[in-house]
Amino acid sequence: MRLGLQKKLFITAVALGFAMAVPVTGIAGDTIKFGVAGAQSGDLASYGLPTVKAAELVVAMYNAKGGINGKKIELLIEDDVCKPEVATNTATKLVTDGVDVVLGHICSGATKAALPIYKEAGVVVMSPSATDTGLTFSGDYPNFFRTIAHNDAQAIAMADFAINTVGSKKIAVIHDKGDYGKGLAEIAKKLVEESGKAEVVLFEGVTPGAVDYSAIVQKIKRKGADTVLFGGYHPEASKIVTMMNKKRLKVTFISDDGVKDDTFIKVAGKNAEGVYATGPKDTSSNPLSGISIEAHKKAYNADPGAFYEAAYSAAIALLNAIEKAGSTDMPAVVKALRTEKVDTPVGKIHFDEKGDAVGVGFVMYQVKDGKYMEVK
Amino acid sequence: MDYFIELLFGGLTRGSIYALIALGYTMVYGIIGLINFAHGEIYMIGAFTSFIIATVLSIYGFPLLAIVVIAGLAATVWSSAYGFTVEKLAYRPLRKAPRLAPLISAIGMSIFLQNYVLLAQTSDFLPFPALIPEFAFMEPVAHIVGSSDLVILITTTLVMIGLTFLIKFTKIGKAMRATAQDKTMAVLVGINVDRVISATFIIGSALAAIGGLLIASHIGQINFYIGFIAGIKAFTAAVLGGVGSIPGAVLGSLVLGLTESFATGYVSSDYEDVFAFSLLVLILIFKPSGLLGKAETKKV
Repeated sequence: MRLGLQKKLFITAVALGFAMAVPVTGIAGDTIKFGVAGAQSGDLASYGLPTVKAAELVVAMYNAKGGINGKKIELLIEDDVCKPEVATNTATKLVTDGVDVVLGHICSGATKAALPIYKEAGVVVMSPSATDTGLTFSGDYPNFFRTIAHNDAQAIAMADFAINTVGSKKIAVIHDKGDYGKGLAEIAKKLVEESGKAEVVLFEGVTPGAVDYSAIVQKIKRKGADTVLFGGYHPEASKIVTMMNKKRLKVTFISDDGVKDDTFIKVAGKNAEGVYATGPKDTSSNPLSGISIEAHKKAYNADPGAFYEAAYSAAIALLNAIEKAGSTDMPAVVKALRTEKVDTPVGKIHFDEKGDAVGVGFVMYQVKDGKYMEVK
Repeated sequence: MDYFIELLFGGLTRGSIYALIALGYTMVYGIIGLINFAHGEIYMIGAFTSFIIATVLSIYGFPLLAIVVIAGLAATVWSSAYGFTVEKLAYRPLRKAPRLAPLISAIGMSIFLQNYVLLAQTSDFLPFPALIPEFAFMEPVAHIVGSSDLVILITTTLVMIGLTFLIKFTKIGKAMRATAQDKTMAVLVGINVDRVISATFIIGSALAAIGGLLIASHIGQINFYIGFIAGIKAFTAAVLGGVGSIPGAVLGSLVLGLTESFATGYVSSDYEDVFAFSLLVLILIFKPSGLLGKAETKKV
């Protein structure tokens, strides 16, 4: 490309202009710098943009009340396009700008890449959407928190319910050979074995769409299982419970949110009665949830997108912790997050030692009279 | 021992369903040398037709037996009409074309019918009414053999006897055998080959429709995709038994159903399909024409 001297000068000027424009925002007086990182462009922008909107609304709400401890809150919004290699740059940029806490990142991979940088700088990070179990369970990131249930939460809920609530002794773990179902089943199996209170008598996959499941049902019966843990989706689940009924097999059937679907009840009919399935906690009865959605509708004239309520809750939790701690230092904020309960759209939450929100996640439902009812 | 009997009956039930579908494949192949990939879809349409008729009739409070008979007849007629039309539209114009052309046309027809039902009906699973009641006299053994297993076995046996009779002793059966042996010669002795081929498609589709009704009632759910998997399995069974041979299709289906059932029962359901298809590979290695098939040089 050949450019005239004039054009070159012009481009240099523009480039300089951009370069100088950036630090200006960072110079603003004594504020709390609230970072928001995540996918804001690219394929996965729809996962990240609702978080930005949630942060804007919550920060505006706090600023309208005069900020926190007399300080106004300032948003630093950075895009990581959900890519780990970009996320490290995003994190470095935020840390250089002196960020105090970060809401993000959105994708598990990007979050994992960015976390060491924040840890080094002593910045608390809270994600509304990164569900990778290792992020909290590895214990590597004491600065990391999240307001969404991790990937294994469902399997833990299923296994725990079978062992401790139902009191199962012999458990058959069945799955549909898919990533989702088999992954769940493997974790549930491990948990049951580790608990020592029940044994796994059968661990097998069924072929989705197979003509019938009578052989596997006979096998469950032969192994003397009193409970079936099923990882998979509703078409297989309804075939299995129907066949169990036909073969006069009475066992407790516990499954996942792939089965917590009204189609399951419609298809399995009376055979669905008594079936347990985990599902995300219903927040619609929480008044704060309604308020947060209303605020979004008022400000943007649209329904909120993915992870909006989790992000809204995370923003509130972070700002509340800073307020209660009276500082933005990592140890003080971490302590406040763990001890101070806070009302958010996803419920009254605080965080456990690992960084997962307590009171968020999966609850057990049971089919009663053709409807899923929460098991209290 | 109970366990063995349970698996045995499970396998026989499965095999009977495969047989009802496999017969359609094998009869068509025997006569025009075409693998009718749209046959699984005809089975699915049979299941959907009986679903619609049974649902409507049960709203009007018809007795169960009347519902079964009317839904069964409607499904048979409707599926036969589809089979007849598919042959007329997709295969007849290609009768003289190279063998690959009607095969591709059959795959196209299969995809078309699947998507047609998907759009015209729904992509959801639908609850199929239990058309086969739980008989009181079966209750003591219900944990081993269910009423629907019994009905499926009896129906399939009756259908097989009827079909054998039709092929061995009726005029159309004789014409079908003649056409299968030598199409040109059959024309020369005054057999209307086009009519015989149409009749073959109609009979095959009717059998598939009966299979559709029975299995849908047995497992209690249908959707637009059930024909694909059932079709693949039935096709495997037909090849196993020797494609083109009617007793072969029945034998192949029962062998396949029993293999799957015992593999699940004694080994692991993870490997159900592995066993079924390994068996197919083994039989084709040692007996390329299938269990009861006649050796033929030209195959697709």
